[in-house]
Amino acid sequence: MSTHTLSVLVENKPGVLARIAALFSRRGFNIDSLAVGETEHPGVSRITIVVDVEAGSLEQVTKQLNKLIHVLKIVELEADASVQRELLLVKVRAEAATRGQVVAAANLFKARSVDVTPDTVTFEVTGNSDKIESFLEVLEPFGIKELVQSGTVALGRGAKSMASLSRYVSPS
Amino acid sequence: MSTPVKAPKPGPQAAKTQPARPKAPKPGPPHSTPAIAPVLTGAQAVVKALEELEVEAVFGIPGGAILPAYDPLLDSAKVRHVLVRHEQGAGHAAAGYALATGKVGVCMATSGPGATNLVTPLADAHMDSVPIVAITGQVASTAIGTDAFQEADIQGITMPITKHSYLIRDAAEIPRVFAEAFHVAATGRPGPVLIDIPKDILTAQTPFVWPPRMDLPGYRPTTQPHGKQIREAAALIAEAKRPVLYVGGGVVKAGAHAELLELAELTGAPVITTLMARGAFPDSHAQHLGMPGMHGTVPAVHALQKSDLLVALGARFDDRVTGKLDTFAPEAKVVHVDIDPAEIGKNREADVPIVGDCKAALAAMVEAYVDPGPERLKAWWEILDDLRERYPLGWTDIDDGLAAPQYVIQRLGALADPDTIWTTGVGQHQMWASQFIDYEQPGTFLNSGGLGTMGFAVPAAMGAKLGQMHRPVWAIDGDGCFQMTNQELATCAVEGIPIKVAVINNGNLGMVRQWQTLFYDKRYSNTDLSTHHTDESPRVPDFVKLAEALGCVGLRCDTEAEVDEVIKQANAIDDRPVVVDFTVGPDAMVWPMVPAGVSNDEILYARDVRPTFEHEGAV
Repeated sequence: MSTHTLSVLVENKPGVLARIAALFSRRGFNIDSLAVGETEHPGVSRITIVVDVEAGSLEQVTKQLNKLIHVLKIVELEADASVQRELLLVKVRAEAATRGQVVAAANLFKARSVDVTPDTVTFEVTGNSDKIESFLEVLEPFGIKELVQSGTVALGRGAKSMASLSRYVSPS
Repeated sequence: MSTPVKAPKPGPQAAKTQPARPKAPKPGPPHSTPAIAPVLTGAQAVVKALEELEVEAVFGIPGGAILPAYDPLLDSAKVRHVLVRHEQGAGHAAAGYALATGKVGVCMATSGPGATNLVTPLADAHMDSVPIVAITGQVASTAIGTDAFQEADIQGITMPITKHSYLIRDAAEIPRVFAEAFHVAATGRPGPVLIDIPKDILTAQTPFVWPPRMDLPGYRPTTQPHGKQIREAAALIAEAKRPVLYVGGGVVKAGAHAELLELAELTGAPVITTLMARGAFPDSHAQHLGMPGMHGTVPAVHALQKSDLLVALGARFDDRVTGKLDTFAPEAKVVHVDIDPAEIGKNREADVPIVGDCKAALAAMVEAYVDPGPERLKAWWEILDDLRERYPLGWTDIDDGLAAPQYVIQRLGALADPDTIWTTGVGQHQMWASQFIDYEQPGTFLNSGGLGTMGFAVPAAMGAKLGQMHRPVWAIDGDGCFQMTNQELATCAVEGIPIKVAVINNGNLGMVRQWQTLFYDKRYSNTDLSTHHTDESPRVPDFVKLAEALGCVGLRCDTEAEVDEVIKQANAIDDRPVVVDFTVGPDAMVWPMVPAGVSNDEILYARDVRPTFEHEGAV
């Protein structure tokens, strides 16, 4: 088993996310992370899916995804040929005695403080999942009160875009 | 006594020709609004769209949410509605119609329970790649999500068992959605498509523009195979010493039987037809080895196991064919032709994957093949011919005073018009119908292969008959299956659809009983259906009386001596449905058999009889 990042362009139609999520579940594949958003074309959304499967199963899941009528294109983004980012919001215990250390740690990870109370600081940080994981390890001893993480979003490196979307998008 | 029999409307023309891959409706030219588009209600737009798509029959039942659509249907001179007795019957009838005609079958139901009753036939059509369109009513748009009366999220429920589905949100979408649904159902790998229409959409006013512009940017089935792979496949066939053409339902769907015959005769390779492909290659042909799999013939199963090259054509390496997958055809290279790329490599790795339509692929292989001479397959045929001679299909009579079910089915086949279309339910009778009737043309054996839906036979026969009124249609059914869907005989009687039903009545859920005999120490848990007369109880139900109550002719056959006479009597009736209750013994079993989960090498010719393969190691 290994982690793969799939970037899936879909028509922005009602139910499309349900179709994709249901397909993964009924074919027995686990989604590690999922992020959906609009693209430069209003009718097209990009779904970034991180999935933990063997290579053979990955081919099968890609083929099954391609059969969904609303799926336009699927590309696997290799880690070293793409930029992959997650967003983390984390609320850390930071009383007067520890606040300095907490902020110093955050600075090392280029995290921004976005909310401060007498007892806590909330940080925002982006990065790949390794960076996010390390940051959380560093904060752990201070006491993490709450955290939320987005799914991974990813783009291929280089000048090329994933696909010329013109063939998929109505001229209107 | 007068049975209300409506004169059947003239069936579609046609029809000696075999079903080809269903034609998709032509995509319209770029959207141009006519000067004045007629303004219709959503309901009228639905019926008009069906007319434009040349739908001649819709199987369905009205109810609250779909009610508006039934009003304009009453006035349609082109679309005939067949009022079924249960929505499951509507779905299987649409499938039977589609399989017999090659066109898209259509069924219709109301919201909630009407729609959920379509779940089984949709799943069935999905597994067997049958092009049907299901139209369901839905509660009004404003009520969706409120647990309204007769509300069910049928689009959500059927998502895994449809090729695609629609929930219409604006009446103006109706023409486009219908054109797309029929196109998607019929093209590529065919399958079921659902259209869910809220009641307020059916009553809304909308301009009706036809032809609509389809908007399917993500749907581009590959039909033309890749030339390089075709040449590789042709070269492999020419090199192989033990090739087998493993033919599946895709060949029938593609209408590729003529090309198959050509490639088979050109290469001299043995041909095996799966349950879904019976008739794709003539049973009488010298190169035909029969059906593979759990109840396949010894030569077919052994040929696959010992093959050095499988040419899989529109087949999907189902577990009922392969047995234990990692011991299946261990020495074979695989050429796999399928229109669905996801089937290639799903269960068995392909050495030469060919994505495309079987008709195009077979024609291209014929073109590319260079025959190295007839001698190379001599040794292979010697082995196979020897197996054919030593292990033909057959049965041993059981001394119980009753007719053998295999004999009944064989005689049904022998006495039938060669144009007869056969349907079956699921179980022992289905396997015997595959084994003991000869199929010479594609599209003559319709059954539920993938899902294994008991109760398929009667409604599918009804749909097939409606599509091919000039041909006889026999449903071979079991006493268990028959009790699941026989209510559609009332439909057949009232609508003038004279099908024939042979109930192979062994008084039991026969296939389950066979497994209990073999694997559960003859502990017959819940398999006795009491449809035989015993000293303690009468037949419950009495199928002859039941048939008569449903407006059919009911006939009974209790002994082997009467079999031919009763079949001839049934064959002579063509003005109303006929049901024949063939009382047969409960102990007959389907052989050969590969027990579930073991290697095909463990095939048994009969109970405790393992075939001997003396040539092992030869070639």
